[in-house]
Amino acid sequence: MAFAVHFAASMLACWLTAQVLAASTWPWRAPRVAIVCWQAVGLALGLSAMGLPMAWGLAPYDRPTGGALLALATDLTHGTLPVGVGPVHLGLVGVGFGIGVVLLATTVRSVHATVRAQRRHRNLLTLVARQDPTVPGALVLDHPSAAAYCLPGVRPRVVVSAGTLDLLDRAELAAVLTHERAHAQERHDLVLLPFTALCRALPWFRWVRDAHERVALLVEMRADDKARELHAEASLAGALRRFAACDDRITPVGALGVGDRDLDVRVQRLMLADRPPRVIAATALAVAATLVALPVSLFLN
Amino acid sequence: MTRLGDLERAVMDVLWDSVPTTSDGVTVREVADALDGRELAYTTVMTVLDRLAGKGMVQREREGRAWRYRAAASREAHIAQLMLDALDLGGSRDAALVRFARSVTGTEADVLRAALGAQAGLTDRVDGPRAGRARRADEATDR
Repeated sequence: MAFAVHFAASMLACWLTAQVLAASTWPWRAPRVAIVCWQAVGLALGLSAMGLPMAWGLAPYDRPTGGALLALATDLTHGTLPVGVGPVHLGLVGVGFGIGVVLLATTVRSVHATVRAQRRHRNLLTLVARQDPTVPGALVLDHPSAAAYCLPGVRPRVVVSAGTLDLLDRAELAAVLTHERAHAQERHDLVLLPFTALCRALPWFRWVRDAHERVALLVEMRADDKARELHAEASLAGALRRFAACDDRITPVGALGVGDRDLDVRVQRLMLADRPPRVIAATALAVAATLVALPVSLFLN
Repeated sequence: MTRLGDLERAVMDVLWDSVPTTSDGVTVREVADALDGRELAYTTVMTVLDRLAGKGMVQREREGRAWRYRAAASREAHIAQLMLDALDLGGSRDAALVRFARSVTGTEADVLRAALGAQAGLTDRVDGPRAGRARRADEATDR
């Protein structure tokens, strides 16, 4: 039973860490560290969610979960179960495996759907997008709406619409392109992938969607940081403001979308030249490592 | 861009730019003639058209002994589709596009969807699930 309690404690720790991460503002100054922390929370939560019912079901063995699982497997092959292991216990172990299978299957499905959608998008781009001397290395879609995005993959594509070319000046455009290339280089799509998969697996949990949105914003901030290494902050902020201004024109009064708030936050942080919070970052990484180590050690011991 | 992609694009450009929408399509020979400068073999053009038909980009009808080809949807409709994906209005995050910022007016979104809708049956033919996604996107915008 003690091991099940440990897994439950690990889940609680994950939940608390997520609350702190969501409520603090330091992640905006150290987006990369914060992304690692969110990934650790996700991983630890998934492992604990599998481990909790397993450990509960394996309580009669009174051994760490990994060893108990092996013992159960041996007993099952011999057809002799120890006293105290009943159908309920086996059911609980099954639930644990079920959670693992669901998580894995959702991720695989998510990857599959993504690869298909991206291939389709890429094929269409080849047929209708054009190259433009003003944006070397990027593709242009002839459409008056403003959009700038990155199609990730092994051969990533940075795409801007004709509307964006009209909207931004030269320096702003250059900053936006660097931002998009950063997404491609650091494979931010893979960073977001597990959270997208989790949203699919548990669509009715608000906090899962929240976590996804947080990580999505952090990824944007990370790309903003890469862009500000090469370009003036004013250019990037200018580009963001222009996109935001476009948005304001259209958003119904009183209905500020999430997008708007995120844009504001991103512009504001570009205006502050804060140093990265080293102590907090180191502490956060230590917490993240502990979070992952706890369920892993419970399985392995 | 791969050579094949390049060829496909050249062929689509012919279908989009040189074939009036009212016409009932062109033959392989006519496409090959329009691509005169490239000195392509008849069979190459046929292969490319075949591939494009497989992808749902062109439609063909038999006329006598030859096939007549035309674009399944306009270039504008495809661009509209890409923009919907890009602006996350397609109702699906599958493409996992990382966009700089969302910037589109409600009217613009309607126009984009209308561009798709105007292509009668396009959504069903080119991408079945898309129609359902567009509906979900509407709900998302309404909230």
